[in-house]
Amino acid sequence: MRRLIYLLPLLLFVGVGVAFLRGFDRDPRDIPSALIDKPAPEFSLPPLPGHKEGLSNATLKGDVTLVNVFASWCIPCKAEHPIITRLAREQGVTVRGINHKDKAEDAIAWLNRNGDPYASIGVDLDGRVSIDWGVYGVPETFLLDRQGRIRFKHVGPLTPQVVEEQILPMVKHLRSAS
Amino acid sequence: MIPELGHYALVLALFVALVQSGVPLVGAATGNAAWMGVARPAAIAQMLLVLVAYGALTWAHVVSDFSVSNVVANSHSMKPMLYKVSGVWGNHEGSMMLWIVMLTVFGAAVGIFGRNLPPSLKARVIAVQGMIGVGFLLFILITSNPFLRVVPAPLDGNDLNPLLQDPGLAFHPPFLYAGYVGFSVAFSFAVAALIEGRVDPAWARWVRPWTLAAWSTLTAGIALGSWWAYYELGWGGWWYWDPVENASFMPWLAGTALLHSAIVVEKRDALKTWTILLAIITFSLSLMGTFLVRSGILTSVHAFAVDPARGVFILVLLAIATGGSLLLYSVRAPSLKTGGLFAPVSREGSLVLNNLLLSTATATVFIGTLYPLFLDVLDLGKVSVGPPFFNATFIPVAIPMVIAMVVGPFLAWKRADLLGALSRLWTAGVATVACVAIAAYVTNGGGPLLALVGVALAAWAFFGSIAEFAERIRLFRIPVKDSWNRAVNLPRSAWGMTIAHACMGIAIAGMTGTSAWQSETIKAMKPGDTATVGAYAVHFDRVGTVQGPNYSAEQGVFTVTRNGNHIATLTPQRRSYPVTRMTTTEAAIHTTWLSDVYVALGDPTQNGTAWTVRLYHHPLVPWIWIGSLGMMLGGLVSLSDRRFRVGAPERRRAAKGNLQPAE
Repeated sequence: MRRLIYLLPLLLFVGVGVAFLRGFDRDPRDIPSALIDKPAPEFSLPPLPGHKEGLSNATLKGDVTLVNVFASWCIPCKAEHPIITRLAREQGVTVRGINHKDKAEDAIAWLNRNGDPYASIGVDLDGRVSIDWGVYGVPETFLLDRQGRIRFKHVGPLTPQVVEEQILPMVKHLRSAS
Repeated sequence: MIPELGHYALVLALFVALVQSGVPLVGAATGNAAWMGVARPAAIAQMLLVLVAYGALTWAHVVSDFSVSNVVANSHSMKPMLYKVSGVWGNHEGSMMLWIVMLTVFGAAVGIFGRNLPPSLKARVIAVQGMIGVGFLLFILITSNPFLRVVPAPLDGNDLNPLLQDPGLAFHPPFLYAGYVGFSVAFSFAVAALIEGRVDPAWARWVRPWTLAAWSTLTAGIALGSWWAYYELGWGGWWYWDPVENASFMPWLAGTALLHSAIVVEKRDALKTWTILLAIITFSLSLMGTFLVRSGILTSVHAFAVDPARGVFILVLLAIATGGSLLLYSVRAPSLKTGGLFAPVSREGSLVLNNLLLSTATATVFIGTLYPLFLDVLDLGKVSVGPPFFNATFIPVAIPMVIAMVVGPFLAWKRADLLGALSRLWTAGVATVACVAIAAYVTNGGGPLLALVGVALAAWAFFGSIAEFAERIRLFRIPVKDSWNRAVNLPRSAWGMTIAHACMGIAIAGMTGTSAWQSETIKAMKPGDTATVGAYAVHFDRVGTVQGPNYSAEQGVFTVTRNGNHIATLTPQRRSYPVTRMTTTEAAIHTTWLSDVYVALGDPTQNGTAWTVRLYHHPLVPWIWIGSLGMMLGGLVSLSDRRFRVGAPERRRAAKGNLQPAE
């Protein structure tokens, strides 16, 4: 019995070690959105000057849509931009943007320089709508089904891996489902 | 050429470490003196080789050798020299190099200063140090080699993360690592003792100075880190309960417990298996800190670049070191002889209470830090644990700890009179009540009730420690001159304890003051505006641009006045580093040593005419760091106690004709 007490630290450590090992498969940044499987919050955002269409609940219905929250001042946004462009141009995914706390002229200059893959962009000057969407920081990306429900959320810049393993299969699934 | 020499020295160090971890161990098992004798020269050789490697890496950084990928990734030709040198350890590979430098320096120090250790114990301690060295040298060479070249060499580097380009942070890692790694010596002693199957007071006396040295440097390292967070992150906070901070705080708490339980082993030959376990746990927590920071399994504001291969490697090291030593512990510890008995109310009893509370505190921080991971792994959902949890669980443990900290030194060994001890503390009690009354009067009852509890604790710790010292030198009971003589002749360890305990009180006062009574004003200000914070008026004079060596900055000029009297002119900056495209906040702080006025220049508003300015008034905040440095000083003073000095016990024993068996 007395020996068991001396064995206890080892057993506890083994438990912690197993948790560490399994922790490698988890991503602590993979934060679930409270809005998953819920309709996107009520909103309506004006377009960028010179653009025709803004972004609202109505625009999001009808097709599977990727909504990307971005800003010209955000470096990771620039990093993920080619990936989003490829998604829109090569994979035919409808991508719409929320321009987060940005100056209109900066955003336009940024899009001119880096290319504009967005079907439409809503300007969220004060970040109010982003708060309703539960945005932690830019960039963030949401995937919505044809009914305008949020089905998937990614925090931080998109990577080719996320696109291949999560977004494209999900897009396929959502398109065939309804 | 020189990076290759460094690389070569590192490989050679690995082979020396292999010899160091094997030969002396066999020698100790077979009683072969020559084989045991390998330990010392091997430890010194390993240190020299690692120093050569480290020097080579530093050289590559200093001369900006951009054919070395580590230099490209973390340096820039325009970077100031201080940060070229500190940039060596400001990245993952270099920090591991610093880690191994510390490890081998401690190993060699055991070899050099451990002349009066029994040969078999010394051989085993150094061999265990060698094993840790093998693990980390392999880790560096396989997963994190800092000497890799790039072809073609780029023209310039990517620069060091600007947040790290700061004097406070430049010296933070060396202290922190010296602390972390210093506990490896206590660990090696524990493992060696388990192999020998013997723990006695002499063992504790040999372990204690190493633990003290590690504890003191870790204290300084944590204090520097929190000071850096205070003025560099621009929020005016000094502790965030962030996983990385907790990773350094857990070894500190466990190390503090170890420091105190080793006293019981040394003086009373009790608590032996517990002390061994603490030594293992303390170093394991240091290893775990290294692991957590680099594995990416927890989110933190300041983590290193994350690479799962490295995480797995460190996890394997952790499993071998901690798992192996705990296995050895489970086999050997039951057969260790238990020592002296004591009553619950006694010096030993108070140290046991100290250990129980410190262990609980460690466990609290451990659970809070890893709870999100545990839940996630068990598929019970994602949570984050924040300061409210730690404040709610840590403070209730800390309060009795501080109360008992003062009473403990008044208790006699074996059996003590608690009422008698308390009656000798009446002066400290009166001083505490007076301090609380003053605090309540000055703040006019403002702030939470807990703040007054904090003030009471701080005063109790400070005046209680002084009272204990006064008691020892019989102040005011015998002539002052005699008291002075007594004070001079007191052992340094008594001085050290008084300094450390009293300074703990000072630090608590600082933590309480700034947590309870800080005032903050955050507003958009245009040049010409005035805002108030605390009793101060802060006038925004103008904004200019300043050019630094590798950054350009917007610098605000603020005039601080109090009741119309000019107090200070503060110049906070917002620096942009073009190479890394990062912006840092350089807060400007005016300190009166009683409080700080803190101004940070934030982002410009949309139209660019106003700036978000954060103003803080932090009462007593400098005391946090004054207290922490005092605690470190207490540790160092205690370290200079003559009974730890090389050869001192033996010389004394010889002089007294070997009459002191319990030395």
